[in-house]
Amino acid sequence: MGIYGLGIIAACMFAGCFLGNLLGAALGLGSDVGGVGFAMVIFILIQVYLQKSGKTLDKKTEGGIQFVSAMYIPVVVAMSMNQDVYSALASGLVPLVAGLLAVVIPLALIPVLKKLAKD
Amino acid sequence: MQIFAKMAAGYGLVGAFILVAVTTFIGYKLAEVIGQKRMGSAFAILLALIIAYIGGTIANKQLDAGIISSASKGITDVVYAVGSGDEMKKYAIFGGIGILGGGMMRDFAIISTAWGVDPKNLVKAGLAGILSLLIGTVLSFIIGVLVGLAFGYTDPAELATIGGGVETFVVGPVTGAAFNVKSEVVALSIAAGVVKSVGAMIIAPLIAKKIKLDSPSAAMIFGGLIGSTSGTAGALAAVDEKLVPYGAMVATFYTGIGCLLTPTVFMAALRLFIH
Repeated sequence: MGIYGLGIIAACMFAGCFLGNLLGAALGLGSDVGGVGFAMVIFILIQVYLQKSGKTLDKKTEGGIQFVSAMYIPVVVAMSMNQDVYSALASGLVPLVAGLLAVVIPLALIPVLKKLAKD
Repeated sequence: MQIFAKMAAGYGLVGAFILVAVTTFIGYKLAEVIGQKRMGSAFAILLALIIAYIGGTIANKQLDAGIISSASKGITDVVYAVGSGDEMKKYAIFGGIGILGGGMMRDFAIISTAWGVDPKNLVKAGLAGILSLLIGTVLSFIIGVLVGLAFGYTDPAELATIGGGVETFVVGPVTGAAFNVKSEVVALSIAAGVVKSVGAMIIAPLIAKKIKLDSPSAAMIFGGLIGSTSGTAGALAAVDEKLVPYGAMVATFYTGIGCLLTPTVFMAALRLFIH
């Protein structure tokens, strides 16, 4: 059933974000540190386990996962409508200059750092 | 109109589907018209950001008029109000956008993109990803401090707050709170973080080819350098959806590292230069 797919992702999210909150508490921040990342790792480990043991998910369960995946762009579009673009543009030059430089300069470093990856 | 507003507020999430569907449709059509079909998501996101700006303009007017109590979430804050004084009825007609585009659905959808990710790709760029996290936070902090200095800020705590905000809009307020920095500077630091986030969404797809943002490794480095979850999620959605999980996985650690290092290590380092 499709809901199983959603349930698997949700369970990964809860487990990962719980770990993230534990890490955050251990670091004295009281917030989630890397929860989404941990959740993704757990989700990937489940896939690796399935592959190694030669099992596959039910087609409909997989469909549930793909449904959430397909919602990614719409969610990002809605997220963009939520951004405080007005304040960002209306708060003067300091945020504008600093924010834009902090995009352009790091992006220019990507080709350099890419050499470190073992592609 | 009031009947419609009442319905739209009641069916918030479903209303959000309509608005997002229409925006996405127009975005993809625009991309098709100019012969850049691949840029459909980028156009949809750009349109959404314009809607957020227009919404923010209206919301700030409603805030000044005392109709709403906060205006920091683009179109979501806008209400349809009828009557006046105590009799006033307010309908959050765009409330659903706040649910569909909020942190919960964003993170849920990001995690789902890890379906089909090859762990080998993650390991390959693991070191580059970690390194880019450190470079990303330090570089953003330095840029924030230098721009702050250029615009006449001299107090180290204020400069660190602006630097933190340039990292992400969460780190700025955390740093500001640690040193009791005045709220105008904290607001400035949040704005800087939003500019970075939105800037990444618009600029990255435009120069993706030039900076070779085309592989899982590059996406991981990108996530580490930009760091804002929204910025990374939006930018990679517009560049190539397949790269999303790689960038997001690294970016998820950025704000935590920033909150950890900025008020402590970065601030101490800054005090060596500015007293």
